[in-house]
Amino acid sequence: MGNYYIPAKYLLSHILDVNILDPVKITSKTIEIGTKYSPEFVCTPFKYTLGTLIENIEKKSNILIQAGGGCKYGYYAELQEKIIKDLGYDVIFINLVSQGKTDFKKIYHEFKKIDKNFNIWSSLYYLFITTKMIRYMDKIDNYIRHNIGFEIDKNDFKNTNQEMLNAFLKTKGFFDLFKIYKKYNKKIKKIKVNKPKECLKVGIIGELYTIMEPFSNYFLETELASMNIEITRFTNVHYLLFEKKYKIKKEMKRIKKYIKYKMGADAADNIAHTKYLCDQKIDGIIHIKASFCTPEIGAMPIINKIAKEHDIPVLFFTFDANTSEVGIKTRLEAFHDMIERRKKNEKLLSRN
Amino acid sequence: MKNCYLGIDIGSISTKAVIIDDENKIILSTYIWTEGNPISSTKNLIKKIKGKLPNQYIIKGIGTTGSARKLIGLMLDANVIKNEITAHAIGTLSIYPDTKTILEIGGQDSKIIIINNEVITDYSMNTLCAAGTGAFLSSQAERLKINIEDFGKYAISSNNPVKIAARCTVFAESDLIHKAQMGYNKEDIIAGLCKSIVLNYLNNLSKGKKIEQRIVFQGGVSKNIGVIKYFNEILKTQVTVDENSHLMGALGIAILAKQNKTNKIYNLDLLNVKFETKGFECNKCSNNCEIIKIYKENKLIDAWGSRCGRTFNDENNVKS
Repeated sequence: MGNYYIPAKYLLSHILDVNILDPVKITSKTIEIGTKYSPEFVCTPFKYTLGTLIENIEKKSNILIQAGGGCKYGYYAELQEKIIKDLGYDVIFINLVSQGKTDFKKIYHEFKKIDKNFNIWSSLYYLFITTKMIRYMDKIDNYIRHNIGFEIDKNDFKNTNQEMLNAFLKTKGFFDLFKIYKKYNKKIKKIKVNKPKECLKVGIIGELYTIMEPFSNYFLETELASMNIEITRFTNVHYLLFEKKYKIKKEMKRIKKYIKYKMGADAADNIAHTKYLCDQKIDGIIHIKASFCTPEIGAMPIINKIAKEHDIPVLFFTFDANTSEVGIKTRLEAFHDMIERRKKNEKLLSRN
Repeated sequence: MKNCYLGIDIGSISTKAVIIDDENKIILSTYIWTEGNPISSTKNLIKKIKGKLPNQYIIKGIGTTGSARKLIGLMLDANVIKNEITAHAIGTLSIYPDTKTILEIGGQDSKIIIINNEVITDYSMNTLCAAGTGAFLSSQAERLKINIEDFGKYAISSNNPVKIAARCTVFAESDLIHKAQMGYNKEDIIAGLCKSIVLNYLNNLSKGKKIEQRIVFQGGVSKNIGVIKYFNEILKTQVTVDENSHLMGALGIAILAKQNKTNKIYNLDLLNVKFETKGFECNKCSNNCEIIKIYKENKLIDAWGSRCGRTFNDENNVKS
């Protein structure tokens, strides 16, 4: 999922004595394989992850680790394990989440089975480094997202970011990680941007997998950046793992006018973010989800309502395995035209 | 000599062209079926236009819109290539400046555009499938063996439209077959279909949107008087349908071409120029992008679809 294979690889390579293979990049072949072996009406992330798992088995991986959580995604690992075993692949399958819950004891035993020297204390140490790494990655990503549409030399941000990620992989410890982060933070902030004061700003909300894996959203953020738009996004791994838990209470308060209960997965978060973005007077909101994503389907009418109240346009995208890119581009282009004209008009009105 | 501007809207079902003068007045318009081949249909269209355009006019701008806008834009060297949502809004506003809502149902997509003070403030477009669009109506017309042009006439002659599931084309079709086997007559079934199109459209697109007067209904399906009837009935108001309702996209893009005109003069001499496209999958990296290469007189003029910004030369090889 995006660049998050780097912290995952870092963690696993330090706690287990196994050879960690780089995951195969998601391509159109991945989704083809995934769709072939998935139940038809399952949501698209299931198809992507199943496709990725099978592609990795074909690249000679023999241990697969699947995480999950939130919605029905929490039960995907079991189903995928069964599909893969039914296909006749002989692999070890480790579910970080089983039956919707994380069972640390079970995971410990499974790791112990793979590697006899598996040590819980050193693993915890590396786990902390990894979470810090994710934090830094997401921080840098947020900055990049705000500015990448305005970079003067193309690919500056992308290349520097990649450099940083490669350096992260070789981190020796806490302090080293911090030093690398400081160095690249400086470097990235120094990249020249040509950002006008009143640029167009768009917030992206929606289902977590589709948001974080660029292939599955047809490189939506790249497309927006090429239109010189500043992008705000809340959903990232750090948010999901650490911030969500203690932020949700405050967020529920902010939106108590609209919903009373959490609606599963990130639905409540997205509604709260909609409210936040509307209060910030953002120019537009893009909501993306995979087909058949139930929590988000529930959230959409409420998001629509909030946006209507604040007179902020929302664009809804539903991505499936076969949405043609042309249709997406048409809608995005029209959205861009619309928010641009709205902004110009607002300026004219305020001047009069 | 007078200036004029050509706007072409290449949709999935039909290709429309409009030529306007400096006052946005339509000098001539024409439309033909796309038949799945935008290049040849555009050529036919240009042939038709060329014969009809009075001699005193020179073309100072070309704009393209619709699903094949990029391809045809490249072929005609258009000065404006814009999405159909913007084009439709501009076209409609040039005729009805007080428009607040545009309902548009075309061949494979449908959209609703909300306008406030002549600026688009909201829009939505159908998502995954082509349910409730012209494509569905024309396939049903085929099944019932009647001309799509007569569809509306049949529909308004019925007082008792059959109930048909509006949500999904596949369900609608099985409903339709069952009702026909049960013995409902043709008029009632067609009326039911027209009603289901309207219900489907309103269910899918107008969620949470205020539909206010003036409401303009356009796109190919707006030629169907049955659908108009049910829009009026269900919205409990009167929708405006222009006599050129199918040409609004082309008109809008012609206006945009006028606004962005350069000094270039277009002469439409492409009838004998050979255009070809070739699609292939680039296997240079794991992205496996689908690349379309466009050839003019066997010379490569452009290639699209690469995600990494590679350029392609005449062979399948990669240049950089």
